[in-house]
This record gives sequence, C-alpha cells and structure tokens, in this order.
Amino acid sequence: MKKQKKFKDFNIVVTGIGGQGLITLLKIISETALAEDYDLAASELHGLSQRGGSVEVHFRFGKKVYSPLVKQGGANLIISLEAQEALRACRYGSKEAKTIFILNNFLSPILGNKKRPSTKNILKDLQKFSQRAILLPANQILKEKIGTSVTAGIFLLFYASFKNLIPLRPNSVLGAMKKVIPEKYLEINLKTLELAKKYE
Amino acid sequence: MQEILENKPGKKTILLGNEAIVRGALESGVNFVSTYPGTPSSEIGNVFSQIAKKAGVYFEFSTNEKVALEAGIGASFSGLKVLVAMKNFGLNVCVESLIPLCYTGIKGPFVLLVADDPSCWSSAQSEENSRAFAYLAHIPILEPSEPQECKDFIKLAFEISKSFKIPVMVRTTTRVAHQSAPVVLEKITSPGLVVGRLVKNPEQFSTMPPRTLRMHRELLSKIEKIKEFSEKSKINIIKNQTGQTGSDPGLTPKGTPKGIGVITSGISYLYVMEALKELNLDLPVLKLGFFYPLPEKKIKNFIKKLNKILIIEELEPYLEKEIERLAKSSNPRLQIFGKSHLSEIGELKPENVISAIAQIAKKKIKIDFKKHLRKFQELPLEKRYPQLCSAEVAPPGCPYWLVFSAIKKAAPKNTVFGGDIGCYMIAACPPHFLQDYLFSMGSSIGIAHGIRKSLRLSSRQAAEQKVIALIGDSTFFHAGIPALINTVFNKSNPLIIILDNRTTAMTGHQPHPGMGKTGMGEETEEIKIENIVQAVGVKNLKVIDPQNFEKMVSTIKEFLEKKEVSVIIARRICALLAKRFKK
Repeated sequence: MKKQKKFKDFNIVVTGIGGQGLITLLKIISETALAEDYDLAASELHGLSQRGGSVEVHFRFGKKVYSPLVKQGGANLIISLEAQEALRACRYGSKEAKTIFILNNFLSPILGNKKRPSTKNILKDLQKFSQRAILLPANQILKEKIGTSVTAGIFLLFYASFKNLIPLRPNSVLGAMKKVIPEKYLEINLKTLELAKKYE
Repeated sequence: MQEILENKPGKKTILLGNEAIVRGALESGVNFVSTYPGTPSSEIGNVFSQIAKKAGVYFEFSTNEKVALEAGIGASFSGLKVLVAMKNFGLNVCVESLIPLCYTGIKGPFVLLVADDPSCWSSAQSEENSRAFAYLAHIPILEPSEPQECKDFIKLAFEISKSFKIPVMVRTTTRVAHQSAPVVLEKITSPGLVVGRLVKNPEQFSTMPPRTLRMHRELLSKIEKIKEFSEKSKINIIKNQTGQTGSDPGLTPKGTPKGIGVITSGISYLYVMEALKELNLDLPVLKLGFFYPLPEKKIKNFIKKLNKILIIEELEPYLEKEIERLAKSSNPRLQIFGKSHLSEIGELKPENVISAIAQIAKKKIKIDFKKHLRKFQELPLEKRYPQLCSAEVAPPGCPYWLVFSAIKKAAPKNTVFGGDIGCYMIAACPPHFLQDYLFSMGSSIGIAHGIRKSLRLSSRQAAEQKVIALIGDSTFFHAGIPALINTVFNKSNPLIIILDNRTTAMTGHQPHPGMGKTGMGEETEEIKIENIVQAVGVKNLKVIDPQNFEKMVSTIKEFLEKKEVSVIIARRICALLAKRFKK
C-alpha cells in the first residue's frame, strides 16, 4: 500500500476570476487525486458569469466523498488566484476547520468599486476565517522569470504540495499536469514548478 | 476529448456529468443526436460535435430546441436510437411537440436530456423546475446524482424507452451536469452510421381525433406498467438501513434515533449522505432514481414504520406533496418535513441539509452555520459582474463594447432598451446599464413591438420614448424571426440591433445557421440574416461593422426617427473566436 490516510476527507475551494484557468487547475488536482487512488468529487461552473466574473470551484477527495460542494466553514485549503476573491471564499473558511488560505498577490479591480482594496486589509479579514493565510507573489515572480502570469494557479498548487499543505505529492501533481496540459504549454508549466519549489 | 471514445471497459476515468451523459449514449449505441446549446447542458453538444464523425453518430446543432426535438422524432420514427439535449428553457420551447410524442410513442428508443439550473448560475429568466413536465406530458423522468449515474441512467433510459415505446427524460441540475468524478467505463456499442427508414404507420404517428383520445389512454396504461418497473428498479434504493445493501462501512450507527427516515433524489442525495457522515447518524435513506412514475408501493413500505420523514429536494416540493398523499393511506400519523426546514428558492447547499437533518434528529452541529454566515456577510464584499471581453483577454476586445457605446451616444434619454439571451445580457451590468427588460430567447423584439404599439405612433409620447431591442445572431435564428415578422405585419417601429458576432458565443462558440458550418464541421449554406430581414419586408436595414463607430451612431439616430421598423446588423466576429482562429 502506497498511501497513508490520516484524514477523512480533504476539502479545497479554488477562487479567481474568469479566464484565470481555474478549470484546468481543477482537472490537474482531480487527476492527481485519482492517481493517488482517492475517491473524489469536483464542482465546476461554466457560462456567462465566467466572462470576467467571480469563479469558484470546489474539490473534495478522501476515502469516500459524496458532495461535490464544500460545506460552509468546511474548507481545509482555499487557493485564491485573485486576492479579493479570497474574501468571497471566507464562506468556506473557519478556525474550526483550520483553513489555510494561499493567495496570489494580484488585485484585479472591481468595476464600480470606489474603495481601493489593499492586500493588508484582506489578510486581516481572512484571519477570522482561517488558521493561516499565505500571500505569494506568484504573478510577479512568473512575469519576471517566464514573462507571463498565466501559470499562477500551477505555482500556488505546487507550493501547496511542496509545503505539505495539501495531501497530494508533488510527483503525482506533476504526472497529472503532464496528462492535462497540452504539450506545447508544458514547458512554462515545468518552469513554474521549479519556481514554486524554490520559493520560501 | 477523444478519450471519451476509449473502448477500455473497466477503466476508471474522470468525467464531467455532461461528458458521462455522452459516454452513456455511446455505450447505448446512439445513432442520432440533436441539441441547441444552453448551459448547463452545453458540453453535451460540444463533445458530440467533436467526436460524432469518429463515433459513427449523426449530430446536429438545430435552429432551436423545438426543431431539435422534431428532428429526433423523425429519426426515431425511422427506427434510430435518439438523444436530444437541452437546458430547461429549451424544454419550454419544444413542449408543444413533446406532449404529442408521448401520445404517439416512439419507434427507435428516444431519450431527452434536460438540465435545470437552481440558483440561476447560467440562466437569467427563472429557476424553472422541469420535473413539472412529468405531470403535463406523462413523460418518465430519471434523476441522476453524480457522473457515474449520469452514464448509467442514460443507458437505463434507453432501455425503458425501448421496452415501453415511450420517450424518457433524464433531468440533471447544474451541480450534477458540472460535477466531475470518476466513472467506470463500459463497452461502446458503436453500430456505425445506421440508415433509418420510416415504415409508414399513420395509426401511430399521426395524432388525429378520435385517435388522440385512444392514444391518451394508451399513454396512461404505459405509465402504469412503468410504475411496476419503477417498483422493482434498483435505482430506487434504500441506503444505510440495517440489513440493507449499500450501507456505508464508514458509518458507525451510534446514537441514531429510531423512527426517522429520509427520502431524496438527484444532487440532494449526495448532501444527505454527507450530512449523515458528518452527524454520525445511520438514518434509512430512500434514494429515488425515478421522479416519475414514482414507486408508490416502495415509498409506502418505507414510510410505514416511521414516525418522522424528512424529504430533501430542491425547489418546489413535488416529492413532498406526493409523499403526503401516499402517507394518508399507509401511515396517517407520519410527521412529514421538507420545505418546513429547507428553502424553496435557490439550490441546496450541504450545510442546509446538515442543519435540517440535525434539527429533525436532534443532533448538535460542530459549526454554527448561521453565526458563521453572519460573520461572513459582515465582510466588505463587492460584486464582481461579468464583463465583455477586454482587449487584454482578446484583442481588440469584444465588438459589443463599440455597439453599446454607439447606442449610448446616439439614443435619446428616455429610450427603452430590450435585452435578450446571450453575452449582450452584460448590457445590464455596469458600466453599460442598457437593459430595461429581459425575458426569453427572441423576446426583445416581441416585447419591443408591444411597447411601441402601446403608444399612438403619431403622439408626442411616441416621439419621446424610443425602443431599441438587442438580439444576437443565434438568438435571432432561434426565435427572433417570427417576432420580427410581427413588427412588419402589425406595423410598429422599434429599432432592432442584431449583434452578429458570427457565433453562439455565450455557450461556447457553437455553430448556427449563419456560419456556413454544421455541428459536424461540414460546409453548408451560410444563411444571411440581411436576406431574411429584407424578405420579411423591413425597409430600413443596414449592415455595419461596429468599428465604423460614426456610421453606427448616425444610423441609430436616423433609424430611431423612422415610421416603420428598422434593423441594424452590427457585424464583427467575437474577439475570443477570432483569437482562437489565429492560434
């Protein structure tokens, strides 16, 4: 037996805005969990709201999972590709669940919002709904090193895997990524992996 | 996507509910598939569009759902195995042909897939609960909970259709259609392209009174027989009851109160099982795979020994009402709960179900959901509205930006803006605010006509209140044409702007009759919208590229003064689609 299951089930919410590649990220996590022989269920959303609007996908895995949705306050891990969207995901975070937030340090302005958001205030608000919130400059690092931030989600996922914040091994995530990502985009994703591995 | 064709029985693969439906149809040996795209059912057509040729299946995107259903009826009458897929509102469009199809019955097996959207994740007009059509049309309805069941239930639906010569509906909801989970593949029984042939039989295919009444009687007797089938069917199953199969080894039946049961179906079943795990309860659960006809004897037996029953279902309490009726004869003292503890509005969430079961079973919950929600609602959250694609997403950005700003510049202050179904619904959102009403496919024109007719056309008010109706290209083909004809026939004069972005953009860029390509990628006649508009007698017509901004502004101004209906076709390809072509 290759695995040890110290948890009943693991609950992830990934948030961001339309066009940030959330569905691809979800596919990679799903394939990883399947390869590690877990039961899994994921919930995606498609359609108009995804045109630049808020997007939220759920992923649960474990010995046996039924619901594809994470319950209120029940997330173990929340990955947010845009910092303000992390606030919206607080619905799923709680001290009880020892939720960990991993945020991309990226703010996309909300049309009609007069107040300028600050990541400092966001992190303060997240405290009430989590055990820990980690802000990562994924967009900045990726833009500087590989010229594009499209792989920010991959960066956050590998960071979580390397730091044991998600019970899925980096090698399995890599295998799943190779299966999901088309070959011509694989190179920048592999570079992203290396950057996530090195990041402290 | 090609892996959906993999013929590896026993392989476990992750599929979206909609993909599992495609797979189920392929494993059933489907011959003929038709659809009109509508989320949350859109991926079914998208997948077939990509694989149909290879799979030996005929596939089409039809002009609208009614036509899709009728194409399917023709194929079934010719002996083929048919799947027709649509979202809930599409069912409304085709119900006029669906009801007689239930009367005539089918020749080749016929499955209708309908996707509902509680909480309106990808719908504007209503939270329609399509279960109601069971009563209207007497069509059997199955409700899967997860991708594996999506596949299994589609196959079962084909079998029921074949055995009882009746169309069978499979109803999903967003959280089923867009749920992904492992599915065990079985053999694809691909028959290759089969030639169907209609053997004349007007006795069956032609609904003419007095035969219609006889057909009605036959339909009801079929439903009685299917009810017997439903009683024995494994998809109506009792879970977690001591001595019953399917009980979850993960559950430890400690401190479970006696005499309480749960009845549920569809997505709600998954929340029930999660809640039982969470609350460490071992209540008996009757999971209904059939919504119609219900296995009444099975339900009566289930509730006979109980004191309390909790019915967990989304939207209207159809199951609850049926169970109230059945309890009258089998257990009149049964306490029935359902909408007493759950909202009739919006989709259910796991926490709603956990709370409801905890209350009935008098169990404590670890997290106080209400308190947590209040704390959450105190956060400074700003709504992030969907947006037209920016130049950053797809250069030079969505052409509708230009159309909307031309309208803003040209239209007088009191202009009424009619919305319709497509990406241009974003006209309602900031910064545009160009939508005064929104209903259903094609309705922007029909309603615009009524608004203009309500004003006497020569009056001062008519001069002050102009009406501009927006409609997309695919929506125009779908249901806009009869409404346009009505404006000419009955002499009104709204300005109709047809936003022709050369595709069905919102649902994922499916082909439509104006694009010169079929759903199987074959070349076909490119039907020109301007020819249709001219042919129905519209005199004021211009086709304008929205990049020609000044012309757009001046034409809007000019056409708003016309005595007769006028049409501008604002033609420029969807920026996302153009970007894809470049790749």
